[in-house]
Amino acid sequence: MATLFQGLPSSTAFSSSNKFNHAPAPTSFSGTWNNERKSSIVTVRSDARWSPVLNSATHKPQRLITNAVATKADSSLASTSSKPGHELLLFEALREGLEEEMERDPCVCVMGEDVGHYGGSYKVTKGLATKFGDLRVLDTPIAENSFTGMGIGAAMTGLRPIIEGMNMGFLLLAFNQISNNCGMLHYTSGGQFKIPVVIRGPGGVGRQLGAEHSQRLESYFQSIPGIQMVACSTPYNAKGLMKAAIRSENPVILFEHVLLYNLKDRIPDEEYVLSLEEAEMVRPGEHVTILTYSRMRYHVMQAAKTLVNKGYDPEVIDIRSLKPFDLHTIGKSVKKTHRVLIVEECMRTGGIGASLTAAITENFNDDLDAPIVCLSSQDVPTPYAGTLEEWTVVQPAQIVTAVEQLCQ
Amino acid sequence: MWISKTIFNHFKSRLNFTPNYAPLSLLSPRRFASTIAQNPSTFNSIHDANQQVIDFPGGTVKFIPEMRFISESSPQRIPCYRVLDDDGQPLANNFVQVSEEVAVRMYSNMVTLQIMDTIFYEAQRQGRISFYATTIGEEAINIASAAALTRDDVIFPQYREPGPLLWRGFTLQEIAHQCFSNKYDNGKGRQMPIHYGSNKHNYFTVASTVATQVPHAVGAAYSLKMDKKDACSITYFGDGGSSEGDFHAALNFAAVMEAPVIFLCRNNGWAISTPTSDQFRSDGVVVKGQAYGVRSIRVDGNDALAIYNAVQAAREMAISEERPVLIEALTYRVGHHSTSDDSTKYRPANEIEWWRLARDPVARFRKWIERNGWWNDMAESELRNSMRQQLLHSIQVAENIEKPPIEDIFNDVYDVPPSNLREQEQWVKDTIKKHPLDYPENISA
Repeated sequence: MATLFQGLPSSTAFSSSNKFNHAPAPTSFSGTWNNERKSSIVTVRSDARWSPVLNSATHKPQRLITNAVATKADSSLASTSSKPGHELLLFEALREGLEEEMERDPCVCVMGEDVGHYGGSYKVTKGLATKFGDLRVLDTPIAENSFTGMGIGAAMTGLRPIIEGMNMGFLLLAFNQISNNCGMLHYTSGGQFKIPVVIRGPGGVGRQLGAEHSQRLESYFQSIPGIQMVACSTPYNAKGLMKAAIRSENPVILFEHVLLYNLKDRIPDEEYVLSLEEAEMVRPGEHVTILTYSRMRYHVMQAAKTLVNKGYDPEVIDIRSLKPFDLHTIGKSVKKTHRVLIVEECMRTGGIGASLTAAITENFNDDLDAPIVCLSSQDVPTPYAGTLEEWTVVQPAQIVTAVEQLCQ
Repeated sequence: MWISKTIFNHFKSRLNFTPNYAPLSLLSPRRFASTIAQNPSTFNSIHDANQQVIDFPGGTVKFIPEMRFISESSPQRIPCYRVLDDDGQPLANNFVQVSEEVAVRMYSNMVTLQIMDTIFYEAQRQGRISFYATTIGEEAINIASAAALTRDDVIFPQYREPGPLLWRGFTLQEIAHQCFSNKYDNGKGRQMPIHYGSNKHNYFTVASTVATQVPHAVGAAYSLKMDKKDACSITYFGDGGSSEGDFHAALNFAAVMEAPVIFLCRNNGWAISTPTSDQFRSDGVVVKGQAYGVRSIRVDGNDALAIYNAVQAAREMAISEERPVLIEALTYRVGHHSTSDDSTKYRPANEIEWWRLARDPVARFRKWIERNGWWNDMAESELRNSMRQQLLHSIQVAENIEKPPIEDIFNDVYDVPPSNLREQEQWVKDTIKKHPLDYPENISA
């Protein structure tokens, strides 16, 4: 399996090859080292040795990870609190949450492309048009800026719309409405008009969907004042966050991930709503705090398995709330472990990781024993070729190495 | 996988619904009928005895052997509806009569608007407020359209429509508070002058972004339709605003969704310095309605009665027939775009003067009400003096009121301020305490 490799005497291993431009000794972890880190491509071979992909002509590079998502996260603390319950896939959990809220409140409605009869391109709204009528599950023409605007107008007049972007990347067309109107009108109207919309859709790097369909919009939206952002990662938190987002009086952007829709898990039968501002403790630990969200949670948990075998005890937190950050949970963890690794899918520049690094450094600098390490995707459009695409996403092997570096 | 699913759905719908009957309930709308038309087995040309017709998605079309391009323009421009001539005389008797009370109220509001604009413009020139934009020349559109609506109809303005607010009872003092962004501004000092908003008056807060309010109005209409309210939404925008993508998509949506919304375009000839000849090459904005399946009309925007009649009819159609209506009101922007503009730079001063005097919508309406015996010179001077006094007084009062407190920088960003904003607020307050001389005095910290 790709992730097995011997403990690396990292400084010597890296400095041996200056073709990679590695920093000679990992004393400073920020910026440069991380840039090098992800630009180097290492092959971890099944004989547990590793070698740089220098002579790629002579041996073909192995895939670094065979499934996009680890089989299951350490679910003991994360997902379910009661064993009885029902099993479903993540997209079904989203739909369940949506359906429950639509039943509970007749003002809740959905609008987006192909959400009605077609049931949504990822089936999140399947069956809802038949049940609630096509005025409440509205198929819109292709004009993201305008149907987002429509949703805002409807919200200001008393409805609670859920606006679906077929792919998060398409919401770039709605940026004007989201930033200038959605985020602002409650404020500029002096609190007179509220905009309780939920803007949701799948984003992130998928399986060869091409650059335009692999956007991480949380980077671009995070600056907009007046909106909240959350990212779901399990069926349990998907349903809980969907319900919470619908009930919130603020505009909320709910980030789903293209590759997580078919995750299966058991969720409670009883009704539950999660908090929009809380992070999720996935795996408590002592040595290092790993902060992550969405799909990267699974890469982290995969790496965690390896790390545990090697004697490390990582604390894994799925931050879930991208705006605002749950600095309470994060702070508690930092004070315990004194080391932080952020693993994200955003690009290096201006991503969630960048903001999180700044927030933690500002607030908990005295509690850190080492500079924060942030693993992100490179600042490149996502290439189509499968192998290239995989290397733009942080892989468990890199996470393991980063933790080892951090914990020296 | 996607393709076979689509075909499966086509066949499935064919099994569940009789092809020629479209049930009209919400749950099985006529959309099911249209997917049947796209059923692959009907993709054949149906030959009528005389006409050759083909059955593409979207309905049947006749086909012709001649290659005919539709001209880019009609030989004649769409005519313009007008009730009163330039001298205030009715052209015909087929218009909805307006009672004396309503007519006098309309006229008084138009005069008030005119004076308000003059005085606030002067106030900006004197440095008392930072910015203003006038509505001079468009008073008829502002007031007459509002008069034709009810209080339940929701208004989505651009920024040149304070008239409906005045009509609905927003006071001159409240206008002044907003322009001075003091603590009595119901926008809490957060927006530039003329960006009014009042939920009590069903008038949605002005945003500076052009045409973003047009889809908002469609969304509101959708909401009203879902609630089955006896009300419509109306949105105003200019000739320039009709170039924005939001305008086109909103019209399209409204037509598809059969939403009760009135789109009122104030075609005043200018978008800052861009004349309409540089804005579009179509016959104005009215012809765009048909392109989207929206009923439309062109109206003389300087004729208060024509606007009143058209908006009233449009409202009736919008609500009872559940359809959008587009009204293009032709007019002229007599003032500059705003206090940041000097329009003599791009148009002749005598053109502006001519429209200001000879084509003044207020004077024209005055002629009609005077001829009806409802108005006279004495009433005129009383009104003008009284409004002027009120305005000067409102400005004086507003000028001396405190600005909103520091908390209002941070409130209403969300429903409840999160901890990071509370922290930032504290930081600002601490800074002010430490360096009080560096901050204005009329800030309450």
